[in-house]
Amino acid sequence: MNKTILILKHEFGQTIKRKSFIIMTLAFPLIVLLIIGIYQIVQGIDTPPALDEEVTIGYIDEVGGFDDYINQSGGITFVVYQTEEKATGALLAEDISEYFIIPLDYVSEGVVTRYTLEKEVEPPDEIQWAMKSFLLSNLLEGQTSLEIAERVKAPLQLYSIRLDETGNVATEQGGVGAFIIPFLFGFLLIIAIFSSSGYLLQGLGEEKENRIMEILLSSVSTRQLLTGKVLGLGAAGLVQMVIWLLSAVFLVRLASTTIGGVLSTLQISGNLLFLGIVYFFLGYLLFAVLMAGIGAIGATARESQQMSMLIIMPVWIPAWVSFLFIEDPDHIVNTILTIIPITAPMAVFMRLGVSEIPTWELVLSISILIAGIIGGLVLAAKVFRTFVLMYGKRPRLGEIIKSLREA
Amino acid sequence: MPAVELNNICKSYNDNLVVNNVSFTVAQGEIFGLIGPNGAGKTTTIRMMMDITKPESGEISILGESLNEDTKNRIGYLPEERGLYKKITVLQSLVYLASLKGMGIRLARSRAEELLQRVDMLPHKEKKIEELSRGMGQIIQFLTTIIHDPQLLILDEPFAGLDPVNTKLLKEIILELRSQGKAIILSTHMMNEVETLCDRILMIDKGRTVLYGELAEIKSRYRNNSVFLKFDGALGEIEGVVGKKTHGDYVELFLDGETPPQKILQQLMSRGVEINQFEVSTPPLNEIFLQVVEKGR
Repeated sequence: MNKTILILKHEFGQTIKRKSFIIMTLAFPLIVLLIIGIYQIVQGIDTPPALDEEVTIGYIDEVGGFDDYINQSGGITFVVYQTEEKATGALLAEDISEYFIIPLDYVSEGVVTRYTLEKEVEPPDEIQWAMKSFLLSNLLEGQTSLEIAERVKAPLQLYSIRLDETGNVATEQGGVGAFIIPFLFGFLLIIAIFSSSGYLLQGLGEEKENRIMEILLSSVSTRQLLTGKVLGLGAAGLVQMVIWLLSAVFLVRLASTTIGGVLSTLQISGNLLFLGIVYFFLGYLLFAVLMAGIGAIGATARESQQMSMLIIMPVWIPAWVSFLFIEDPDHIVNTILTIIPITAPMAVFMRLGVSEIPTWELVLSISILIAGIIGGLVLAAKVFRTFVLMYGKRPRLGEIIKSLREA
Repeated sequence: MPAVELNNICKSYNDNLVVNNVSFTVAQGEIFGLIGPNGAGKTTTIRMMMDITKPESGEISILGESLNEDTKNRIGYLPEERGLYKKITVLQSLVYLASLKGMGIRLARSRAEELLQRVDMLPHKEKKIEELSRGMGQIIQFLTTIIHDPQLLILDEPFAGLDPVNTKLLKEIILELRSQGKAIILSTHMMNEVETLCDRILMIDKGRTVLYGELAEIKSRYRNNSVFLKFDGALGEIEGVVGKKTHGDYVELFLDGETPPQKILQQLMSRGVEINQFEVSTPPLNEIFLQVVEKGR
């Protein structure tokens, strides 16, 4: 059997048996499920929340006329007090959980002061909802119909529908859901690339520490060893990515059909899946060859991992400037980040969530990425050959530059 | 056809010439000692033979051709810096490394079991490498070197860290392999092992060849001009002997440098001296090694 395939099979087999690989592969779908659930809870505040127990809230009405609608949904009851002292006394006696003052200038200023014994970051949502409803209902009493008064409380639930050039509903819709999925994909893609290339780095470090590298090189060439390792670990990463993609499709369906709300706008397009696979492969290959070079230079697996931070940090630049992608998707900075090989995988997915990427940019991005991989492979192979058998000491920067120059 | 032929090999690192014009041949069926002090250039020479490092000049021929995938498969290499995958089993290690030498998986498995049986380690075949003692690990390492039945073996410090029992076992296997016609290059600091195993040696120091040839011839070249004698009777004056020294129950006779030991023996026999032991004194290889290295400093 071809030696490259033997190494590929060995690396693939060893990697998918690693506990860390199995845990990471299974953990992500669960984490995504959790994120969707939390997102739904956080976003689903436009309906009256319910409290577990009856709550009594006191108030002092300096304006006058806030007498009705004292029983709000969720078991919240409002009780009027004539003075602050009496309200404070009731609060300390735990007859009420809190009280608030509707001041004389409330109608012009809208400021309400709330008193409570609890230490809290901000008032609970259900309390705010009940107070808002109580004030609005009393303000509109006699001014309009009950139906209008209810609508004033929640005047807008906006659904946007994107049409295509023919006037039909476009297959790819916008919205928060449309942004979340590509962003999540970009994030997962980077994690998959990092974990696969991280295994490569760790494996190389261990082989250096185990001193098995020289035995391998007595049987195979540097090219065969690097190719087998990169492809074997890439295959393992692809398995991880496919599991994530399949579970993402399932989770999105689950979110759309059973949870509903904003999650019904979540969508995974064919375009996204296709680019996901393309950028996984290319991104992984780029990082794998860079990691191979670093793995050869580092004296130990730990040292190599520390050095790899130099190439890991720039990958996240698109995430750091995510505001630019949301506010102005076609900003020149976004175009540059799409074209630079090291930032391209993340940038492409962030842009896909907010706009269309011109075909020429994708073609240019993929071409430069491929050129980067080939160039990186040549340099990594040279560095690998020169330094991989240098045990226990890291080459000086001058030596690395010299070996690259000779390449 | 020699198993190995190196002609005028040179290699430098950072403008420092670490292998300087080294040439030698190794024949099939011989054990060839590659010796020299630390940093002499032995490992670099071996790595060039294995195509792990490229020489700057010179030619290397292995098994009659320049090193390629096929010749690599016919070499067994035990590097000085050695190790195995710690997390996989003994059998998996042997089979994987044999398969990288072009051996079929099924054949590699049966050969691995046969070799494990030979070294009495078959019960350990399903153990992970990290569970083995250091000595056992080294034996497994040696087995990975010979599992694919190589025609050329390159062993860099094979006895380092082994106990006397395992050293004996390894020597027996090495001698067996020689008797099967394998060419064996033995790089070691253990001069007593070189003396007992090697047919010819190459000694390099600071990258240059300082000794090369038949071990017996080199020892003869460095012999002391003396003979050891155990005898009964009276010696008297012996022509060609310039001095005597008694060491317990034997006497060392110092020769004048022109008289061969055989002539001394003839004189003694003609005088009717009863000779129990007569031995030409040659320095141990270790002493020759030290002499040569010190001379070069």
